[in-house]
Amino acid sequence: MNLSLQTTLLLIPVLPLAGAIVAGFFRNQVGRVGAHSVTILGVAASFILSSWILLQQVNGGLDVVNTSVYTWMVSDGIRFEIGFLVDHLTALMMCVVTFVSLMVHIYTIGYMREDPGYQRFFSYIALFTFSMLMLVMANNFLQLFFGWEAVGLVSYLLIGFWFKKESAIVANMKAFLVNRVGDFGFLLGIAAILLTFGTLDYAEVFGRVNEAAGKTFEIPGGLELQMLTFICVCLFIGAMGKSAQAPLHVWLPDSMEGPTPISALIHAATMVTAGIFMVARMSPLFEMSDAALSFVMLTGAVTALSMGLIGIVQNDVKRVIAYSTLSQLGYMTVALGASAYSAAIFHLMTHAFFKALLFLGAGSVIIALHHEQDVRHMGGLRKYMPVTWITAWLGTLALVGFPFFAGFYSKDVIIEAVAASQRWGSDVAYAAVTLGVLVTAIYSFRLLYLTFHGKERFEVVHADDDGHLPAGQLAHTPQESPLVVTIPLILLAIPSVVIGWMTVEPVLFGGWLEDSIFVLEKNNVVAELGQHFHGATAMAIHAINTLPFWLMILGLLISSLIYLWKPSIADSVRGRLPALYRVLDNKYYFDDFYQRLFAQGSVRLGRNLWHRADAGFIDNGLVNGSARLVNWLAARVRRWQTGFLYDYAFAMIIGLIGFLAVWVALVPS
Amino acid sequence: MNGPMNGFLLSILIWLPILGAVGVLMVGESRPALARGLALLLSSATFLLGLPLFSSFDTSTAAMQFVEFRPWIEAFNIHYKLGVDGFSAPLILLTMFFGVLVVIAGWRSITKNVSQYMAAFLVLEGLMIGVFAALDGLLFYIFFEAMLIPMFLVIGIWGGPQRVYATIKFFLYTFMGSVFMLIGIIYLYIQSGSWDILAWHQMPLALGVQKWLFLGFLSAFAVKIPMFPVHTWLPDAHVEAPTGGSVILAAIMLKIGGYGFIRFSLPITPDASAALDWLVIGLSLIAVVYIGLVALVQKDMKKLIAYSSISHMGFVTLGLFVAFSIFRNTGGVAGAALGVEGAMVQMVSHGFISGALFLTVGVLYDRVHSRMIKDYGGVANTMPWFAVLAVFFLMANSGLPGTSGFVGEFMVILSAFQANFWFAFLAALTLILGAAYSLWLAKRVIFGAVTNREVQNLQDINAREALVLGSLAVAILVVGLWPQPLVEMMHASVDQLLQHIVQSKVL
Repeated sequence: MNLSLQTTLLLIPVLPLAGAIVAGFFRNQVGRVGAHSVTILGVAASFILSSWILLQQVNGGLDVVNTSVYTWMVSDGIRFEIGFLVDHLTALMMCVVTFVSLMVHIYTIGYMREDPGYQRFFSYIALFTFSMLMLVMANNFLQLFFGWEAVGLVSYLLIGFWFKKESAIVANMKAFLVNRVGDFGFLLGIAAILLTFGTLDYAEVFGRVNEAAGKTFEIPGGLELQMLTFICVCLFIGAMGKSAQAPLHVWLPDSMEGPTPISALIHAATMVTAGIFMVARMSPLFEMSDAALSFVMLTGAVTALSMGLIGIVQNDVKRVIAYSTLSQLGYMTVALGASAYSAAIFHLMTHAFFKALLFLGAGSVIIALHHEQDVRHMGGLRKYMPVTWITAWLGTLALVGFPFFAGFYSKDVIIEAVAASQRWGSDVAYAAVTLGVLVTAIYSFRLLYLTFHGKERFEVVHADDDGHLPAGQLAHTPQESPLVVTIPLILLAIPSVVIGWMTVEPVLFGGWLEDSIFVLEKNNVVAELGQHFHGATAMAIHAINTLPFWLMILGLLISSLIYLWKPSIADSVRGRLPALYRVLDNKYYFDDFYQRLFAQGSVRLGRNLWHRADAGFIDNGLVNGSARLVNWLAARVRRWQTGFLYDYAFAMIIGLIGFLAVWVALVPS
Repeated sequence: MNGPMNGFLLSILIWLPILGAVGVLMVGESRPALARGLALLLSSATFLLGLPLFSSFDTSTAAMQFVEFRPWIEAFNIHYKLGVDGFSAPLILLTMFFGVLVVIAGWRSITKNVSQYMAAFLVLEGLMIGVFAALDGLLFYIFFEAMLIPMFLVIGIWGGPQRVYATIKFFLYTFMGSVFMLIGIIYLYIQSGSWDILAWHQMPLALGVQKWLFLGFLSAFAVKIPMFPVHTWLPDAHVEAPTGGSVILAAIMLKIGGYGFIRFSLPITPDASAALDWLVIGLSLIAVVYIGLVALVQKDMKKLIAYSSISHMGFVTLGLFVAFSIFRNTGGVAGAALGVEGAMVQMVSHGFISGALFLTVGVLYDRVHSRMIKDYGGVANTMPWFAVLAVFFLMANSGLPGTSGFVGEFMVILSAFQANFWFAFLAALTLILGAAYSLWLAKRVIFGAVTNREVQNLQDINAREALVLGSLAVAILVVGLWPQPLVEMMHASVDQLLQHIVQSKVL
């Protein structure tokens, strides 16, 4: 049993890795069918094994597993291990990751059918699954960082998958560099943990948190902080990069340059939630620092509301969903900040299903319209693609938090938890997440209406070649996507509807995550909410008496009015509020600001240092200058070598007198 | 330690390539194929014969192993003394590995004076192994200076159009630095009556004297490694050197600077090192940040990699010198070994990665005859396998976990944090800067649409190039995924060094 458990755990990440290697390095030998078969088999097996682990835990047959795979390095008496920590949180994440990944693998068969980089794509997404599993299964900070950067690498490769496209290779570099800014903080946080605890092992660090509680850390020349506050803020900066929290969010919308399956898998369902997972995993540390949690909560609140607002003015289908993802990640972050870690994880899970569904639905529309992504050239698609349409409705209802749908349960708990929280900043956060419900409903229904309802804003011209038609013209009538696309949509729609109703009780109020997440008694808002919880059905019915529900309905009405019944309103609103529209359309000018200050600034600084300091001062001034000095001196000295005997004789006499003078002066009588 | 040849293994490793080079030269220029084959045979034989340095290495002791000791010039007490410990053994292994690779890398691209080219590299290999193995001060100095001659010839004969300027700059710079070291070791001989480096480690010295000696050593090793502000010879030398020359320069010769700090500066002048550690740390951090910014704006691929090398070597000097701050802060050396071992890992790793990057540029240069970034773009379209390797090496260069590039930087940053927050803060900026210049290079050269006819006509790497680059990729991955065997070799020596340097030698 023990041996087989160890092997099972090892197989879960290794099988997708094996698939990635085969599909990548033997792409010509295995061909297209071979590449997708081997990767799908690997991921499917790893999903089945993950589910088996989860089932064992549900049945109570499996305790927390904390095991080492191998010793990466021992230095300075510190053991750096590669190993797994599998508790309820890990098992949940493993199942979410492998399930969404499996759906995306199957979907990709249809979506990337015509792409020459077919095998490469499968190799990358399987490699991603491996990296993400290593991240969530880690039992120490080193491996966490390893997985953290590895998912970043695969994200880089996939955003730039169509590497001929200039916009794609700008976006992938941006994504990697912005993430590196977060990782910079993350690494300093890890260094601070090593300094404080002398180990990077989770269990040891968590076990000794109390020792560190009183310690302070002085940044030389600056302020003095609680050690744990410093650690948590540094770690959270890492999470801000990976989970795209303002102001490090700028890479995520641009990441939509990558193929749609990875927008679903990486940039919505899994990788971007790594930061949320990480903070939940570190709950024993974060619980010790109210200051850090306030920082977390406010960051999330700003992101949740401000990014949702941008979503209202975007016209690219994928970008609307991307801003929605940013906003929803903000919700999760707010939950973390309110000490409602389990609510954050719960929302992470429901969001993974319905957001993957929405992205894959968007992808289905995009292929039907021959890579048209602009909603201004869509509309009325429901009659052409009924499966995509219905599943998109289900996904949208889940996203806006309609009662009984998955997103309702997770979002409602977050809002309630923030309301119950006493933490500094929680009132601001409450206002943000509540208003956010209205915003979410507006952009979600707007997208749904503009895509599937209303007038058709494209025309079918029946051309033979659909490659070079102007925007808004199609060569063929749009049609429903093939089964490999619609089946994943259906399979994702099911949990998007029911998973919340089914699991809200065990996951949130039944103590399922108690073995993984630590919450101080005084901060435990989720437990407080649990006292008023009388079952999932009652919770949904009760919602009708709450503000968020009516805000959602209001959003639905506003959207229906503007985008379904009277489309002229949109233009007049835009005309009345030009400044607001411009600020939103320019995404609060973050990109321009970063571009000027950091991108252009560092290049200009580098150029100045190079030309002035390196080439100018050191090389031309000092190095070549000393060469010139020697030349000059030599030219002068050369003149003394006249070749006349009497000159030398004269110099010798002068020299002799000089020596004598020194001798007389220095040697005492 | 009980192999049949271990008693004179180091001599074999030094003299087999050097004497073999004479044989290669005798083949002459009329039979280049024979010269290449013989060179490959000699370098491979050296590598295989040298493997016991790893397999028979005793990790439990800090004492010198594979020691050879013979009188040489008895009138001046000079000995032919060789030996290795946890510092020199990994560097010798690295040298032998690259000894084979440069021969294969120069197989087709060198057509002028093949036998001389191969002989020069064999001599260079033997001399570099000699530097790492020498335990007699004068013997070290002779190897250290003699090494300049073949490298001078390699750049001067097979180099680019500006090679004369570059060689003179290279030679004068490094020679100027080492003259001060020579004065230092002569002083040590006069004071101690011995040329034994290990005896110098134990020799008490006044602080004032130590400072002068430290500065003498610093001038030699700072130029070699190189540190800001004596680094400007390196970009010129790299740009003009042929690919093989750049590879050896970056992969091995720079490491001699780092090794010098470990073998001379720290143990011979520990009090001066402690007193002047701010100087070295300051210059190291400047290297990481300032040179990183300069690397960002380079237009020539080789120059970019050269600046990136200087920036990465900043981690070596930083890792070696943070020990003193840690000792001042805590009264102990816990956390310092991480820095010293990190510096060593960084040297080995940088050897692999910079070597691989120069070979990568060499592959492109052989086809297009340009090193300029603007002459490329969209190489991935025509050279997909090359692109995989190049992106991998660039990722390793930006310190991606799972590659060797991460290990050393990670260890040094962890250690620097124990010394001072700002050391770690500035060093960790490399996470952003290193990624910026590496990925921007990838974007402009590898990715994008095909930009010109030259790129359109590129042929993907052949089997020989795949072998060279592939073996480096494997090495980078192995060290990245399992650094333990490498780090284990160093433990005993590092511990001994740290115990030694925190004890005052001042009388």
